[in-house]
Amino acid sequence: MAKLHVSTTINGEPMEFLCEPNDTMLDALRGPLGLTGSKEGCASGDCGACSITVDDQLVCSCLMLAAEADGHELRTIEGMAQGEKLHPLQQKFLEQAALQCGICTSGMLVASDALLRRNPNPTEEEVRFWLAGNLCRCTGYDKIVRAVMETAAEMREAAQ
Amino acid sequence: MNVVTNNKWIGQSTIRPDGVDKVTGRAAFAADTTMPGMIWGKVLRSPHPHARIRGIDTSKAEALPGVKAVVTAKDIVEFPVDKSVMLGIQDMRWMCRNVMAREKALFPGHPVAAVAATSEAIAAKACELIEVDYEVLPWSIEIEDAIKPDAPILHEFNTFEGKPSNIAGKMELKKGDVAEGFARAEVVVERTFTTRAVHQGYIEPHACLIGVGADGKTTIWSSSQGQFMVRAMTSLLTGIPQSDIRAIPAEIGGGFGGKTIVYLEPLATMLAKKSGRPVKMVMTREEVMRATGPTSASTSTVKIGATKDGKIVAAQGTFYLQAGAFPGSPIRGAAGCSFSPYDIPHVLSIGYDVLSNRSKVAAYRAPGAPIGAFAVECVLDELAEALKIDPLALRLKNAAKEGTKASHGPVYPRIGYVETVEAAMNSEHYKAPLGKLQGRGVASGFWFNAGGESSAQVNITEDGNVVVTTGHPDIGGSRAAIANVCAELLGIDYRRVSVIIGDTQTVGFSNLTGGSRVLFASAMVVTQATEQVIATLCKRAAKIWEIDPEAVTWEEGAARPAGANAGKFPPLTLKELADKAPALGGPVGASVQLNTQGAEGGFGTHVCDVEVDVDLGIVRVVRYTAVQDVGRAVHPGYVEGQLQGGVGQGIGWALSEEYIYNKDGKVDNPGFLDYRMPVCSDLPMIDTILVEVPNPKHPQGVKGVGEVPLVPVMAAVANAVHNALGKRFYALPMSPPKVLEALEVAQAAE
Ligand code: FES
Ligand code: FES
Repeated sequence: MAKLHVSTTINGEPMEFLCEPNDTMLDALRGPLGLTGSKEGCASGDCGACSITVDDQLVCSCLMLAAEADGHELRTIEGMAQGEKLHPLQQKFLEQAALQCGICTSGMLVASDALLRRNPNPTEEEVRFWLAGNLCRCTGYDKIVRAVMETAAEMREAAQ
Repeated sequence: MNVVTNNKWIGQSTIRPDGVDKVTGRAAFAADTTMPGMIWGKVLRSPHPHARIRGIDTSKAEALPGVKAVVTAKDIVEFPVDKSVMLGIQDMRWMCRNVMAREKALFPGHPVAAVAATSEAIAAKACELIEVDYEVLPWSIEIEDAIKPDAPILHEFNTFEGKPSNIAGKMELKKGDVAEGFARAEVVVERTFTTRAVHQGYIEPHACLIGVGADGKTTIWSSSQGQFMVRAMTSLLTGIPQSDIRAIPAEIGGGFGGKTIVYLEPLATMLAKKSGRPVKMVMTREEVMRATGPTSASTSTVKIGATKDGKIVAAQGTFYLQAGAFPGSPIRGAAGCSFSPYDIPHVLSIGYDVLSNRSKVAAYRAPGAPIGAFAVECVLDELAEALKIDPLALRLKNAAKEGTKASHGPVYPRIGYVETVEAAMNSEHYKAPLGKLQGRGVASGFWFNAGGESSAQVNITEDGNVVVTTGHPDIGGSRAAIANVCAELLGIDYRRVSVIIGDTQTVGFSNLTGGSRVLFASAMVVTQATEQVIATLCKRAAKIWEIDPEAVTWEEGAARPAGANAGKFPPLTLKELADKAPALGGPVGASVQLNTQGAEGGFGTHVCDVEVDVDLGIVRVVRYTAVQDVGRAVHPGYVEGQLQGGVGQGIGWALSEEYIYNKDGKVDNPGFLDYRMPVCSDLPMIDTILVEVPNPKHPQGVKGVGEVPLVPVMAAVANAVHNALGKRFYALPMSPPKVLEALEVAQAAE
């Protein structure tokens, strides 16, 4: 089967790649695009380690076909920091020990960022339900939820 | 040894050295690397729970264009069944048959062949073309079935009490005389409990990338809880000497004990050797669930007797644990830890290792101990109820202390168990009122902890900073703790200490990351190496000042004259001494290898509140406090994280996780949708109270931390459910259908 040619935007940069028709977006990110920050924990949409945004919508990249990226704007963990400057969520995760092994961290950060973009003032319950699609086996979620809530508070303050 | 308590970095939640890489996606885990010319490996697995392999025909697969190599058991070194060859706690007889089925396939998912091809799709297609001639045999999954006299036998050579059997081992721990003890008891509670197999549930599937040169030089890139274990097992199973295998530890995406053995590495090595190409293998989640881990399912009977004043006089436990397809369930943890928090004069604790047609169990966080504690701590709850004593008061009254002879053997030095119970009793949580349909439960737990072999190098860079190399994969922040330890001793900012994990050919042998041993052992070797470095630096300062080396001390990052008599010299900083190193004898560094001794057991006491939705049968944990004696929290953030993570796993084990087998002897829920681990919205905040009773045999007072927090959880939850409903559950998980059923039975009885 001939490979498909896909033109897309990833983390603000125009990108082109070739893929098989049945490749997932996660395959394309981790393969031809060399963006291995998105992880595969299940390939079935159940762990969130592969979380990215497509036109600002949070999606599991393992559930999206690579060919579907054509003409869309994707964001991955690699686009979260501005050069050397970490995103406040990244900084807070480090300060609060909100990661242990770190395999879920990319997905957690992308999902948390997507939450704060649409809801800068989430309750604990809202954070917990928003992140319910991102499994973490190491932390018991406590420090992750706290890090997200504290970052939200600081970002609200900074925005004033 | 003096335990230093007034510290600048020890006790600080510093930023981990590998942190930025992990929040930006740069960190390279097992599946994140490629090599030029790389091809893909795939495993063909048995569909049967039990089948004799009469023959394997790989010719069609080999003829498929794109296929570069095929391996079967013939390509893996065989260890005859009649002679045990041990590597740590693993017997290579079983390892060689677990990585690749030999005479028989023993569980669905058991590898029977592996293929390497130019694409994953071709490798998968080739697997379909392999013809295996199976003679399907009867099988058993559950303990009760496997120990029946007419049960299908997994290993004909395994005998118990003179007959072929699925009981692969028995261990017995004895203290005093239980018959005499129970004769004195005024209240006795005896109950039987069951738990289901649960998986460690690490989010990163097993993966490796391996290249073998024409000269046999092998490079393994994989994530594991021990690159030296990977090297040793791969060497034994492929025949390549250890000196030719460089095992590089990738970042590891969780292990919890499940990555203390190899699955893919020997297969990928042989595929790479045969094909002459680097081979990458990555398990799917389904393969992880079917063929790796889990921990044992169990059936335990526990009997405890006390006098009316609440003094426990005798205790007896019998623990049947599933081993899966090969011997080696964690009966030592179940039989050996369960009664250890208590001072009981008469104890008999027996464990049975039971084979059945399931995947071979792997270590899971305090292996065996949570299973035993579930039974013992629930019985204690009933005993407290019968005696009308507060359950924590009952534990306090019987608590083990310094000088108590533990049921598992040793006489305790100064331990912190009492402090954990007192902290739990005094916590705000324990005194808080409960709402409707809410209940509170408590439980305690113990784990041995461990020392063992560790190596480290401390090198001063030419610009006066520090690189520490250790041999233990960092699974939860140990690099950060090591940076704290080294920076503290050198009196410099922790950001000047870079901590890396060496591969097998660059750092000395270091045993597994497991058993809660890493910080205990590595802080000890790093301390010694840093002290040697400091001694060298002091000598060099003495040389410059032309005074006696004894007259130099190291303080706040610089050599200084020790007191007025030593003379008056301006301090020489680490940077200045590094600058002068070439003229003063060359590079400064030290390397230390030790078999570390002096690990002390750890104790925890947990308080759990649940709320039961009686319409849906859902138990929700609404508040949780974990108290633990951690010795010394070198990095409190990651210590708390260990407690919180362990509690999260225990809540899953208690309420929702289980391997479900269908009538064909196969796991029916091999994925994260149906194997239900706690998600963020399932859990409350998990409060921690760190009790610090320093380990006197460790330079920083460290005790292991990671295992203990899983041990008490299931009992704490079960006791809370009982407190809420007045109904006791003797089987895990307490999932909604089972809770509803129990409520209906109770209602019908009324
Ligand atoms: S890998 Fe996409 S959700 Fe798990
Ligand atoms: S930090 Fe390991 S899975 Fe989240």
